[in-house]
Amino acid sequence: MSDVEILAVTGLSKSFPGVKALNDVSLSLREGEVHALMGGNGAGKSTLIKCLTGFYSSDSGKVFLAGKDISSLKPDQIQTCGISTVHQEVNLIPTLSVAENIFLGRQPKIRGRIDWKTMNSKARAVLARLNLDIDVTQMLSSYSIAIQQMVAIARGVDMSARVLILDEPTSSLDLKEVEQLFSVMRRLTAEGTAIVFVTHFLDQVYAISNRISVLRNGHYIGTYEKADLPQNALISKMLGKTISDKTDSSTKKQSQDQDEKEVYLTASGIGKSGYIEPIDLKVHQGEVIGLAGLLGSGRSEIAKLLFGVVQPDTGRLYVQGTEQLFSSPRKAIQQGLAFCPEDRKKEGLIGELSVKENIILALQAKRGWYRALTGVQQEKIAKDFIKSLKIVTSDLNKPVKELSGGNQQKVVLARWLASAPSFLILDEPTRGVDIGAHQEIVRIIKGLSKQGLAIMVIASELEEVVDISDRVIVLKDRKQIKELSGDEISEANVLSSIAEGAL
Amino acid sequence: MITDSISVPREDRLSAIRTSKLFWPLAALALLLSFNLITDPSFFAIEYKNGVFFGSLIDILNRAAPVALLALGMTLVIATGGIDLSVGSIMAIAGATSAWLISHEVVNSLWLILAISLGVSLLAGLWNGLLVTALGIQPIIATLILMVAGRGIAQLITNGQVLTFSHEGFEMIGGGAFLGLPLSISIVICSYALALLLLRKTALGLFIESIGSNPIASHYTGIRSNLVKFSVYGVCGVAAGLAGLILTSDIQGADANNVGLWSELDAILAVVIGGTALTGGRFSLSTTLVGVVILQTLTTTILTHGLPVQYTLIVKSAVVIIVMLLMSAEFRHQMKSLFQRGQRSE
Repeated sequence: MSDVEILAVTGLSKSFPGVKALNDVSLSLREGEVHALMGGNGAGKSTLIKCLTGFYSSDSGKVFLAGKDISSLKPDQIQTCGISTVHQEVNLIPTLSVAENIFLGRQPKIRGRIDWKTMNSKARAVLARLNLDIDVTQMLSSYSIAIQQMVAIARGVDMSARVLILDEPTSSLDLKEVEQLFSVMRRLTAEGTAIVFVTHFLDQVYAISNRISVLRNGHYIGTYEKADLPQNALISKMLGKTISDKTDSSTKKQSQDQDEKEVYLTASGIGKSGYIEPIDLKVHQGEVIGLAGLLGSGRSEIAKLLFGVVQPDTGRLYVQGTEQLFSSPRKAIQQGLAFCPEDRKKEGLIGELSVKENIILALQAKRGWYRALTGVQQEKIAKDFIKSLKIVTSDLNKPVKELSGGNQQKVVLARWLASAPSFLILDEPTRGVDIGAHQEIVRIIKGLSKQGLAIMVIASELEEVVDISDRVIVLKDRKQIKELSGDEISEANVLSSIAEGAL
Repeated sequence: MITDSISVPREDRLSAIRTSKLFWPLAALALLLSFNLITDPSFFAIEYKNGVFFGSLIDILNRAAPVALLALGMTLVIATGGIDLSVGSIMAIAGATSAWLISHEVVNSLWLILAISLGVSLLAGLWNGLLVTALGIQPIIATLILMVAGRGIAQLITNGQVLTFSHEGFEMIGGGAFLGLPLSISIVICSYALALLLLRKTALGLFIESIGSNPIASHYTGIRSNLVKFSVYGVCGVAAGLAGLILTSDIQGADANNVGLWSELDAILAVVIGGTALTGGRFSLSTTLVGVVILQTLTTTILTHGLPVQYTLIVKSAVVIIVMLLMSAEFRHQMKSLFQRGQRSE
């Protein structure tokens, strides 16, 4: 790493209707460094990247590449200037060959026709720079995601990248592939390329980067040398909360004796490679378990594994003492599980159907198609839940997509409560919900656990997890690293566990 | 909160009628019929001869019967987010099977002939369902396979010829009468009644709409999407088979090359005119039925007005475009604002 500044961002601001996504952000990038860009949800990382690459034009502020003002250039011009981006989802064309993908739009030609020989040999040379020896005439989709990721990088690098932006490149890679990617990154930085590295994996940040910049809610918090910023300091800067030492007095609730309660579900060593490391878990009746961890730490993955959306490749699952294998959500539902997924629109709501139909759907599916609920029964169930969950809708028969976000969330919750589950998994139950509805949902969750329902809550808001849970399982980098219960449960303790990491 | 509906103001009731799914298809049909009323009042004449009614209106219903059956299955398939291009070929297979059974004197019992022919159609439909669910092939491709191969299979059965036959009982299906009306009308009414009973008195209709509206969320809710889709393609096959039997019985012969040719397109068109979205989700069998009648009324109108045959298809597509535009809320809104602007400038 040299001290030569290659990219400078000064006073960048960008607003969207109702949100200030970037507020006076400055950033400086040196030649040959790996610069980690960190921040939680909505911190402004993606907006910043899009401003750098010309997809958004900023409201104010300037971007300089090697002293030249590039703030007002178009995406393709910026790319030729030397800033390349590789996104989380490989945006290449899977059905074309590796060589075609690398040279798409700028194929070497002889008399108007593509010069395949030159293209393939050039592609081989580009990949050799990254220490990659593959058959470039093969279809891109025949290679692993990691290789595809490298091909995307090769394409970027070949278009003369002085700055390479890697936006969550490792989120779908396994350990070995991450190592492979890192060696490519080291090679590139040795040649003088500056790399902006965006990831949710803290350990990877510390393994590869030289400096770390932190954004929070659109504000630039600072840039730090890696050595000067221990993990817990980084986390507190990302979350805007200070982590005091482990002993924290602001704890809550008296510890309850879990042994008295009956075990409902036991997961022993359940996991799937490249998805989530094996976890051990016991869920008691009438207990709320919180899953805490940063984004991408494996919270939703656990929920999907338990609910049969994704099948584990190791471990065993017991429900009330009997071993179960959930090959689909349907099997899990029949054993009394219920799951409110994080992505309400995609995985939860049936937008076109009415509020009433959405509420009774899971119960009806559980009963089977021939034992239909009558109109009167449907109406009664829907009305009961609309009343008890305080769902605001003018009409039972209104398409559910016309409701506000908070009410939609309550409809999905009502659907699962109507199915009379024994174990309810809630993934981000309060996301996109206003304050009133938020408190309402928290109150409902607490009430349900008093009635003996076992509940698992996943939430990004640490406060919420700490407030609701009887036990908290802390996750980091798709590993279960700690379990807190009773007096130990506090925001500070969760944060310090994440910072310390495991093992 | 729920507001109990007390008394609905008249204006609201009017707009409720106008926003009803049935309104625009019915309005289009009424428009089409009133055109006939003005140009050719004899269009509405109905005669009663030898215990049977005759007339253009009866003729429309009779001729619409096969497509009505196709559209029944097609509505359900489309509601799940799929499509079935093979219904025309399944008609040919069912017709060829029945003609083969009769002309080769394999069986003589009407019920056995029906059971075997419809059984073959069921298998054909389930084959589609298998490709779509178990193999995950896109419906348009999966059913294209049987659309092409099915006609070949039918030709193999009939040996490439028009297989004629004579069977007193079987001829009744397409040529017989019940209560003075062609039997095919009763077959359609019974099929729709049975389908409505099965779909709306059980949860099947809800599951189909749920799958079509959001397949992922439906899977998460525990609905057996694949089983439902598989069955729906089977039902579509049987309905197509029945349509094929009506036509085969009507001409007393199986013409594997031509029976039901392009009728899958009519069926899809009827579903769309009926307001069921091709993307799946909410469906309505009654509006589909109106769509079928619109299409047949249009064809009959063109024929009775002595328009040269070569114009038929063009006029038909022009009217279909108009009907579609009328049904689009977006288009009506634009026309309305255009009209109002015109008034203001006056």
